[in-house]
Amino acid sequence: MASQDSQDSQGPPPAPRRSDRSHWNWLLVVPVVIPLLTFLFNKEEPRLGGFPAFYWIQLLVFIPLGVISTLVVYRMTKRKED
Amino acid sequence: MSSDHVTELVIFGLLFALVSGMGFVAARWRRPTTMDSLDEWGLGGRNFGSWVSWFLIGGDLYTAYTFVAVPALVFGAGAMGFYAVPYTIVVYPLVFLVLIRLWSVSHVHGFVTPADFVRARFGSPTLALVVAITGIVATMPYIALQLVGIEAVLKAMGVEGHLPIIIAFAILAAYTYQSGLRAPALIAFVKDVLIYLVIIVAVIYIPSKIAGGWGGIFDAAQAKFDKTPAPGDGIFLNDANQLNYAMLALGSALALFLYPHSITGVLASKNRNVIKRNMAALPAYSFVLGLIALLGFMAIAAGVKPIGTDTNTVVPVLFDQMFPSWFAGVAFAAVGIGALVPAAIMSIAAANLFTRNIYKEYIRKDATEKQEATVSKLVSLIVKVGAVACILLLDPQFSIDLQLIGGVIILQTLPAVALGLMTRWFHRGALIAGWAAGLAWGLWMLYEIPNPAKGKEHFGGSAYNLSELGFDTKMTIYVGVLALALNLLVAIIGTVILKAAKVKDGEDATRTDDYTADEGDPKVKDLELTGST
Repeated sequence: MASQDSQDSQGPPPAPRRSDRSHWNWLLVVPVVIPLLTFLFNKEEPRLGGFPAFYWIQLLVFIPLGVISTLVVYRMTKRKED
Repeated sequence: MSSDHVTELVIFGLLFALVSGMGFVAARWRRPTTMDSLDEWGLGGRNFGSWVSWFLIGGDLYTAYTFVAVPALVFGAGAMGFYAVPYTIVVYPLVFLVLIRLWSVSHVHGFVTPADFVRARFGSPTLALVVAITGIVATMPYIALQLVGIEAVLKAMGVEGHLPIIIAFAILAAYTYQSGLRAPALIAFVKDVLIYLVIIVAVIYIPSKIAGGWGGIFDAAQAKFDKTPAPGDGIFLNDANQLNYAMLALGSALALFLYPHSITGVLASKNRNVIKRNMAALPAYSFVLGLIALLGFMAIAAGVKPIGTDTNTVVPVLFDQMFPSWFAGVAFAAVGIGALVPAAIMSIAAANLFTRNIYKEYIRKDATEKQEATVSKLVSLIVKVGAVACILLLDPQFSIDLQLIGGVIILQTLPAVALGLMTRWFHRGALIAGWAAGLAWGLWMLYEIPNPAKGKEHFGGSAYNLSELGFDTKMTIYVGVLALALNLLVAIIGTVILKAAKVKDGEDATRTDDYTADEGDPKVKDLELTGST
């Protein structure tokens, strides 16, 4: 995601040696938006092991979704020197 | 007191004594050459790796109060209380890119608090003071609520009176004074192992004792909510509270890492990768929190009656009824110790804010590192005495109200702290104006919300009726999100006006490269003091 920093008064700042910019960062939007769309999961059926859909979807689908998305972004944006 | 309670108390007491001992020994863990600086006392040497950070931040964010209040909410209102799950799913991807920038710039400049950053970024001691005071005010009731968590457990064991809590907090204060952030970091291991153990046992053992297992638990909860006259409860969301569910989750997620104690946990990490790995690994706690929330439904199915009118006691009473007494003792210890970790970190964070942004800024500008550490240690004691006094002298309900307010007001520091990390576009004057506007409107909305069920006319919750704003709807929305929207609007318009009028803005003491720096990169202090220390 873009970041803007202040301009030095002595003219344009030198390009940063490193940057956090990456297309992979957009993947982070998915687990932020999906769990807030209540109409997707606010229902009873199908039940799983007695759990209504509302509960098992949030516990068993959305949590792994958050973990995997964040993990992928971490792996793909890891700096070469690390 | 029955003999069962004696067994529980003995186990509880033993585990409590164990972690207290660990708290004092922690000063020697990763032994620093000196404890006389905030980097060591207040941030554990800024050197925690992935595992320690995972336990520390997890122990910090998922507090004892969460463990009793979330299932209590589910017990009382149903699905709405489950918002804690999406809240803690959304938060990590949301703050991922922001926190690594905060870590980097703090690493380079030696920032200890969010207000330190704001001061350097916007060149405004006033804005920093505003952020610091907001942080302290939001944190204080949070510490007090940890005592409510311990008190709920003690009540379930049949312990009356306030003396045990005073003793527990006195011990906590003593080892935090001595060991600083190392104490909660070490104790967090015990806390989390106990919590995981108790919850895994609970979700396997308790449903096996309830007719119909998990299905029976949800059906029993549905049956209970169907009988109540309240329209908002049930095991699913309804048209009126769906939006509030999502906005409460989002607003709480935005607020979480603005709390000074969360930032303390992040800044204690060794490098950026530790933070990134933790953003992926911390949702393990969210899973546990979701199961803990469901203890509220289990309590309904098991026919649990809270002690008196205190619904926070439903989980302790459930444990007391269902578990053999020795294991109930373990479970109570898990909650009790769960209160100590965040209480310690919160008091350290509040003390650091006072030291760095009030004491050093306004009282003693030339304070040495040693003096800073001394002041922070003393203030951490005062903060805990204040928290105990809050609970003993005032109605605990007052702390709960304050905590509700705390979430709304800490959100008002978002433009300066979180957006400030991403952009330097905002004018310092506009940020102060936005903060004031969001704060005022947020407080006013909270004041206006009644809670007929509790017989309260004001501060009855955080769900604001959109019809009050002229919309023809029954929907409600989280006050914090509305107040933040106004805050942002004022900050944006104010910045445009102040820039057009060419009003002097503060100097930015940070550079673009500072926000991507990592472990091993030069720090400002090293550059200035080349050759010394």
